[in-house]
Amino acid sequence: MTQLPLLTVSDLRTYFYTGAGVARAVDGVSFDIAAGETLGIVGESGCGKSVTALSILRLIQRPGRIEPGSRILFEGQDLLTLDDAGIRRVRGNRIAMIFQEPMTALNPVFTVGDQIAEVARVHASASRRDAWSRAVEMLTLVGIPAPAERASQYPHQLSGGMRQRVLIAMALVMNPALIIADEPTTALDVTIQAQILELLADLQQRLGTSIAMITHDLGVIAEVASRVVVMYGGEVVEEARVETLFAEPHHPYTEGLLHAMPRVGRRQERLAVIPGNVPPPTAWPTGCRFRDRCAYAWERCEREHPPLYHIGAGHVSRCHLADEPERRTPKRTAATATATAVSVGGGPA
Amino acid sequence: MRPSRFDAAALHDASVPAQVADGGTIPPARVAWRAFARDRSAVGGVIILLLLAVMAILADHIAPYNPRALLDPIRLKNVAPSLDFPFGTDQFSRDVLSRVIHGARVSLAVAFLSVIAAATVGTAYGAIAGYIGGWIDSAMMRFVDALLAIPRVLLLIAVATLWGKVDVVGLVVLLGVTGWFGVSRLVRSLVIGASEDEFVTAARALGAGHIRILTLHILPQVASPVLVAATLAIGNVVVIESGLTFLGMGVPQDTPSWGGLFRDGMDAYTAHWWVPLFTGVALVATVLAANLVADGLRQALSPRQLPAR
Amino acid sequence: MRRFILRRLLHGVAVIFIATTLSFFLVHLAPGDPFSSSLESLATDPRVLAARRAAYGLDRPLAEQYVRFLTRLVTGDLGPSILAAGPAEDALAAAIPNTLVLMGTALALGLIAGVALGAWQAMRVGSRADRAVDTASLVVASLPEFWLGLLLLLLLAGKFRLFPTGGATDYMHDLMSPGERIVDRLRHLALPALTLALLSAASIARYQRAALLDVLPQDYVRTARAKGVGERQLVWRHALRNALVPTIVLVGLSLPALLGGAVFVERVFAWPGMGRLAADAYDARDYPIVLGATLVGTALVTIGGIATDVLHAIVDPRVRSR
Repeated sequence: MTQLPLLTVSDLRTYFYTGAGVARAVDGVSFDIAAGETLGIVGESGCGKSVTALSILRLIQRPGRIEPGSRILFEGQDLLTLDDAGIRRVRGNRIAMIFQEPMTALNPVFTVGDQIAEVARVHASASRRDAWSRAVEMLTLVGIPAPAERASQYPHQLSGGMRQRVLIAMALVMNPALIIADEPTTALDVTIQAQILELLADLQQRLGTSIAMITHDLGVIAEVASRVVVMYGGEVVEEARVETLFAEPHHPYTEGLLHAMPRVGRRQERLAVIPGNVPPPTAWPTGCRFRDRCAYAWERCEREHPPLYHIGAGHVSRCHLADEPERRTPKRTAATATATAVSVGGGPA
Repeated sequence: MRPSRFDAAALHDASVPAQVADGGTIPPARVAWRAFARDRSAVGGVIILLLLAVMAILADHIAPYNPRALLDPIRLKNVAPSLDFPFGTDQFSRDVLSRVIHGARVSLAVAFLSVIAAATVGTAYGAIAGYIGGWIDSAMMRFVDALLAIPRVLLLIAVATLWGKVDVVGLVVLLGVTGWFGVSRLVRSLVIGASEDEFVTAARALGAGHIRILTLHILPQVASPVLVAATLAIGNVVVIESGLTFLGMGVPQDTPSWGGLFRDGMDAYTAHWWVPLFTGVALVATVLAANLVADGLRQALSPRQLPAR
Repeated sequence: MRRFILRRLLHGVAVIFIATTLSFFLVHLAPGDPFSSSLESLATDPRVLAARRAAYGLDRPLAEQYVRFLTRLVTGDLGPSILAAGPAEDALAAAIPNTLVLMGTALALGLIAGVALGAWQAMRVGSRADRAVDTASLVVASLPEFWLGLLLLLLLAGKFRLFPTGGATDYMHDLMSPGERIVDRLRHLALPALTLALLSAASIARYQRAALLDVLPQDYVRTARAKGVGERQLVWRHALRNALVPTIVLVGLSLPALLGGAVFVERVFAWPGMGRLAADAYDARDYPIVLGATLVGTALVTIGGIATDVLHAIVDPRVRSR
């Protein structure tokens, strides 16, 4: 790529200082997002993907802290060095975020239109009337029927799908360069999910917005992402173009995720699972963090923390199998390990 | 206006029934007990209440003088606090310390008994209303709403005026009869919430009768919030009783009680400040202790406090 | 919204009706009647008493008495007052405005101070200042009104002579200029209102702080932050509006207790309000005034309750459809 990426996250570390110890929720994550592309960030709950998203906009609150040494470069600035006023100018304006639970993400005592209009009032100093008409415009854009009437309604009067559209409308008001969507469809049922994804894809095409799509659902990734980052244990464990990831996954975790996905038309006696549980972020295992659940692990995996190996063009994987591919022979069977079903395509994160 | 003392408001605290209705479970006694024991102010409150209770029970033995004795109406009248009389004497040369100690007996007993009565009546009423539901429930609750709207103090004054002087027993009955409304509302919403719980439906499906469901499944959920409310009410009632006695309509004047001490001391408060002051301290200590204990109980028994497993 | 108000009004009427009926039965369950135990009655010829009883219809069946009671009530006739030597309703009518002024002032002051304090605390939760204020408000909220009143009276009026020691007006009030009169009234209002306001503020602050701490971690606050809204706006516009809701509910429910507190405070400061009148009426065994005060008190509380419910619906739109 000759063009500079829109967003560069470099060695991001976000730690939570709790009574139970230091939780290293995000422990050295780096990735780029180019202008106009959709990056998928996928992983199960506890892997740090949501915390990564919140860190980009510096929405981490006590007892969490973004560690020094992390850098988030956006439009020529390091977001982590901005003062309070500076980061507020970015939030909702250049980078907007869509949250997971449309039920609770909207303030119940203000009208929907008011909440959308607020973005214009905060960032463009728009008058009440101008901000309101912009809000109605946004509601039209996201495909809500009778937008002028809906704008005067309160969140509890709208359905879940409509509320999610409102959140998207809120994110689009200032035509941001990047939208971070944190599990935008998880709380919705499947038909609505499809509509929302279609809407996002459509908007991206029309407005050229970059999207960071955070999800645990590989189906969503397959539909909208052009590149994918797989996270586990607070780290990036694999990164590739979406076609490559699905066709030739390298990291055993990615492999497991793909196998766990039930596929229509395939006869299956039992669902494949990745055995074991995600370790707690206060105590990541030494060496490779996935080794206790990995079918191929050997003693090197316990001793040496794997770096990101270069596999192919734009494809990296944090696994020693890149170095010793002959070791790719399964040592454990599903029957001898406790099962943790990786929720794919339908369960909450 | 004190939500920490006012029955209905504290009892109406939406967070308590909502927590239970949300499917949270009341933590088991052991867990709650440990959480409570760790709360230093709550434990402090319990200690204060226990001390007061001991003081009340052993009043005859602890008090240095007979509370009703006029020790020396000429020379020992209105003595300021001193070594002989740590709380001073009043205008009738009675030792204030002894009167405060004995006063605890009456005030605490009245509060305790009337709160128990009110809690019992209120729980029964609210449980029936909540369990039966339908128009009976609406009617019962509308009745309670009306009763709640009548300011308690005015109601007490009205009844006291109409029925003549009340003795201590009468006072307990009166306070009990006017204090159950808030509890019934609380219990009713708890029972409604619990009735909709799935394990109640399951029990019913298994053929359990109404009494069994009420006592085994629903009432345990009700116990903790009612306990919190009752603790708050004790502090509240002590003050109301003192206030009524202060106005002249509570405990008969010859019996030492905190309100009575206030009344006696009111006439010459500027010159003889020690009577209202020490009585007030005792009163405030009681209320404060009750509030601390109630707060501690509420935190310890709160379903939200359970760590996620 | 209109339907909501209508429903609440009907509910209020029902409440007042039930309370009135209860009062009636309360009177008639009591031993004796208005004429049997006042000192005056004891000295009067029994035949005259019998005639008076007949005049008041006390020898008629209960149902008929009840109807008479209701009809008299509608016209505002509460009966003769022994204390005031005139119609009870006149005595009450003179006293009610004073109580309203006292309660209204106390409520307004307490609400403003309490909400501001609670918000101030929530923004600094965990700090030394927060914890200090928390302890202070717990202690203040636990104080009995008459004790706090006495204390303030002792200190500010007695020792430091900053305020008068009682009553609503100075005995030279009518000779003062209009400006002086206002100052005089305010000086007399200050201590009793302050007593009630302090107590209100303390408990509202505690409640408001807890409510805000509940609201601040909510998702919608995070959404607002992600939109670029500043911290101060977050608290005062987004969070507070939600946190005010339980406080409004609380205020509505506490009105009966506030009135009860006013009774004691009026006694301590000799404030010529309804509460003091009721307490004096007890001493004089004046039924009509005592009952009248109870009914008026109930009506005031009910109206206040409707007002707070409407306010609640204004602030929280989810309530309107219930």
